[in-house]
Amino acid sequence: MSGEVSGARPGGRLPVTVIGGYLGTGKTTLVNRLLRAADGRRLAVLVNDFGATPIDRDLIVSSSGDTLEISGGCVCCSYGSDLMDTLMTLPEQRPDIERVVLETSGVALPGMVASAVTLLPAYRIDGIVVMADVETVRTMADDAYLDDTITRQLAAADLVIANRCDLVNETSLQETLAWLATQSPAARILPATRAEIAPDLLLGLRDGAAPRRSATLTTPGAPDAASLYDSLELDVPETVDITELGRRLSAPGTGVLRAKGILNHAALHVVGRRFEIDAAPAGAKSGRLVVIGLRSRLDRRAVEQAVQPSLSTSLRSD
Amino acid sequence: MTLSPITIFRARRILTMNPARPEATHVAVRDGRILGAGPLEELAGWGNYTLDERFADKVLMPGFVEGHSHAAEGTFWRYTYLGRFDRMDPEGKVWKGAESIEDVVTRLQEAERTLASPTEVLAGWGLDPIYYGDRRVVRADFDRVSTTRAIGVMHASGHIFNVNTRALELAGLLRPGVNHPGIPLGPDGLPTGELKGPEAMTIVGAHVGFDREALANDEEGLKRFAKLCVRQGVTTATDLANLLPDDAVSMMARVTGEASFPVRIVSFRRFQALTPEQVVDIAVKLKAKSTDRLRLGAIKLFVDGSIQGFSARLRWPGYYNGAPNGLWYTPPEAISGLYKLALQKGVLVHSHTNGDQATEMALDCLEGALLDQPARDHRFTLQHCQLADAAQFRRMARLGMCANLFPNHHFYWGDQHYETTVGPERAMRMNACATALASGVPLAIHSDAPVTPLGPIFTAWCAVNRLTASGRTLGTSEAISVADALRTITLGAAWTLRLDGEVGSIECGKRADFAVLEDDPLEIAPDKLKDVRIWGTVQGGRPFPANGV
Ligand SMILES: [Zn+2]
Repeated sequence: MSGEVSGARPGGRLPVTVIGGYLGTGKTTLVNRLLRAADGRRLAVLVNDFGATPIDRDLIVSSSGDTLEISGGCVCCSYGSDLMDTLMTLPEQRPDIERVVLETSGVALPGMVASAVTLLPAYRIDGIVVMADVETVRTMADDAYLDDTITRQLAAADLVIANRCDLVNETSLQETLAWLATQSPAARILPATRAEIAPDLLLGLRDGAAPRRSATLTTPGAPDAASLYDSLELDVPETVDITELGRRLSAPGTGVLRAKGILNHAALHVVGRRFEIDAAPAGAKSGRLVVIGLRSRLDRRAVEQAVQPSLSTSLRSD
Repeated sequence: MTLSPITIFRARRILTMNPARPEATHVAVRDGRILGAGPLEELAGWGNYTLDERFADKVLMPGFVEGHSHAAEGTFWRYTYLGRFDRMDPEGKVWKGAESIEDVVTRLQEAERTLASPTEVLAGWGLDPIYYGDRRVVRADFDRVSTTRAIGVMHASGHIFNVNTRALELAGLLRPGVNHPGIPLGPDGLPTGELKGPEAMTIVGAHVGFDREALANDEEGLKRFAKLCVRQGVTTATDLANLLPDDAVSMMARVTGEASFPVRIVSFRRFQALTPEQVVDIAVKLKAKSTDRLRLGAIKLFVDGSIQGFSARLRWPGYYNGAPNGLWYTPPEAISGLYKLALQKGVLVHSHTNGDQATEMALDCLEGALLDQPARDHRFTLQHCQLADAAQFRRMARLGMCANLFPNHHFYWGDQHYETTVGPERAMRMNACATALASGVPLAIHSDAPVTPLGPIFTAWCAVNRLTASGRTLGTSEAISVADALRTITLGAAWTLRLDGEVGSIECGKRADFAVLEDDPLEIAPDKLKDVRIWGTVQGGRPFPANGV
C-alpha cells in the first residue's frame, strides 16, 4: 500500500493544515478540491464526521469503519471527539502519509485545535486556514449564540478564505473584506469563489521543484483564476539567516501567501503571517526559495530584498 | 395453566409513591412484578403465597432511579481513590478522604508498594486540590512516589490530570516550548505536571492507565458498578453517553442478562461524528436490542462544556472572574436537525447543558423542531441544566421538557461557583429544584457518577439542604421538601427515561424493584437524610443484600 517510506517524511514532523470555519462556508468543497489536486502528495484528511463532510464519491476507492481510502494514495479519517487518538496512531498506521489536512467542526476554535496538535512531537502546524462566507459572515458574527465563536475562529487564522465572492456585489465585498481584515489582523485575506484556491497554497510547495502549473488553478470553468496568482523562484545566498528570511516574508505588506525555502539543511515554510522552520528533506537543493502570492498583492521588490543577506534599510512595511 | 408462585413481603413501612395508597405494610410479587401493595388480607386474594418476613423491620421504597450516571464509576475503582471525601467502593469498603496533598502522596506511596514491576503504571482518581488551598499539585509531588513508573491522577471533575515526571517523559511533553493553555509551565520552562482539557489528557492518558480501549468495554467495571447500585438502593441506572460499539453492546447484554445481575442499565448513545440521520438510525436499531435489564435506543447530546472548567456557555454577563465564554460542542443546526428527526421517529434525546446560554439554545432548537414536528409527549430532558433561571424553567414546562438537575455539584463545587465562576447570586439559583417543580417541569436529580458518588439518598439530601462543602447554605429558596426529593429519585427520574409506567412506584403491574432501607427517610430529620442506612435492593423480585453482593 505505501510507497517508499524513507524520505517520505523529511524533517520528521508532518505538516498539518488546520481548516476551520462555520458550517456552510465551503470547507467540504475545499477538502474535495485539495484531494483532487493532491497530485501525488499523500494526504491524510481528518474530518470531524463523514456525515457533514461527504467526500466526492468518485474519489473514494474503498471504505472501512472510520477510514476512507482516496484515489492517489490519500486517506480520509473521521475523528469525532478522538482527534488526539487519531493523530497519535496515524504515523504508525500510515507511514506513507506526507501531510495532514485537519478539518475542524463548525463550532470548534481552530486556534485551540492547532495548539493541541503542537503537543504531539510528530507534527508541526503548517497553517491555520479559516473559511468565511462573505455573504453571511457578518450576520453570523452578530448572532446571539455564535458571535464570539465566529470572531475567535477568524482571529486565529493565518489565511482567511473569503469564499462565495460571486454572491455579493462589489461594494458589499469590499466592506466585508475590510471587516475581515479587522477580525483577522494577523492573516492574509484571500477572496475566492467556490473555494477555488491554488492547492499549493494549502498543500505546500514541492521541495526544489520549480513552481508548478498547479500554482495556478486547473479547475475547468474557472479560466480566469490562473491569472490570480503569481509565483517567484529565487536563489538565496547561503549567508542569509533563515529565521530572518521567514520574518521578512511573513511581514505585513509583502503579499506572500505561501513560501518555501531550503537553506543550509533547514526548510522554511511560510503560510500567510506564520512561518515555521524544519529540517530540510534529504537531497533537497539548498539555496532556493519559491514564493506564491496574489498577482495584485505580491510585492516582488520586498521579496527580492528579503533574500539579500545584509539589509541595512528595513523592509517597506504597511 | 399454573401460575408462578407468589411472595408477599412484609415491611415496617412501604412508601409507594402511589398517591391513591401512599403507604402500605405488604407487597405481593409474582414473576418479578408487583401484584399489589396493601394489607395482607387484600393481597391474600391473589391466591397461595409465601410470606417473606425478612423486611419486617425495614422500610421499602420504589427502587431508586439514577437518571444521570456513568458505568465508568465501576471502572475507576480499579485505580487508587484520592478524593477529599470518604467514599465507599463496590465491595463496601469506605476509603477515607485525603486531607492534604501530603495525604494524597502518602496514599500513592502505599499503593505503589503493592506493585511488583518497577515500570507498572500507577493511576489514581478523585483528586480535588481546591480543598487544599492555593498550592497546585506538581510533578515533584508525585516524583516522591516514583521516578521509574508513570503516575497519573484524574481530578474529581474529570477535566484535569496530574502526572509525575516519568509520565510527561513518556508522553513526549517533558520539553521546553510547550505552548498550550491547558499545560502550565514551571520556572524551568517545563510542564508542571498539570494537564487540563481533553486533548492534553488524551496524550498522557494512555501512558498512565486511562486508555480509552480499556474504559470502553469493561466487563468487570460494569459488574462493580452494579454492586455500587445495590449498596445505594438503585435498581435502574443510566449509563449516560456511551458510543455503544457492537462488542460493548453484546458484552452488556450478556452481563446484564446473568441471573444475578441486580440492575436495569439504561445506556444512551452519544451523538458525535455522525449526522442526525445516522445517529437516529443507530438508536432505532439499538432499541430493538433492548432487554429488561439493558435498555437502549436513546441519544445523549452535548451542547456545551462545564462551568468549573470555564467551557460552559453563559449568557451575559458571563463568568464572574471575567474568563472568556465557553465552547459549543455541537452546532445549533445539528441540534435542531437531531431534535426534529428524533421527534419524528419517537427517539428520546437528553441534552447536556450546563451554562444558561446552552440551555437557551437547546430550548430554541426544541421550540423550532416542535413547530415542524409536533409531539405531545417527547420527554426530552436537559441534563445538568445547572444555571437555568425561572423564565427558562417556565419555557421548559411549556415545551414539555424535563430537567435533571445536579444538587451534588452544589455541595462539592458550590463554594467555587460562589467565589469564582458565576458569583454569589447565580450560585444561589444554581440547580433550582424548587423553581423547576413550581413551574411544572418534570424533575429528576443526579450524581453524574463517577464525578460525584452514586447515591440518590445523598443527592436528595443535597436538594433538601443545599449545603456546600464549606458549610455554606446556598440558595435556601431553591430547597425542596424530603417528600419531593424522594419522588424525584424514583418516579421523577423514571419519567425522564419513559419508564414511569414500569418503575418508580410500588403499585400493581410495575416491576418489583425496591430500595430496602434500615431507616425511614420520612422520620429522620431532613438534615440527616443522607445518613439513612441502606440494606440493599429487590430487583425484579430478587432480593440483593448489600452485604452479599
Ligand atoms: Zn455525565
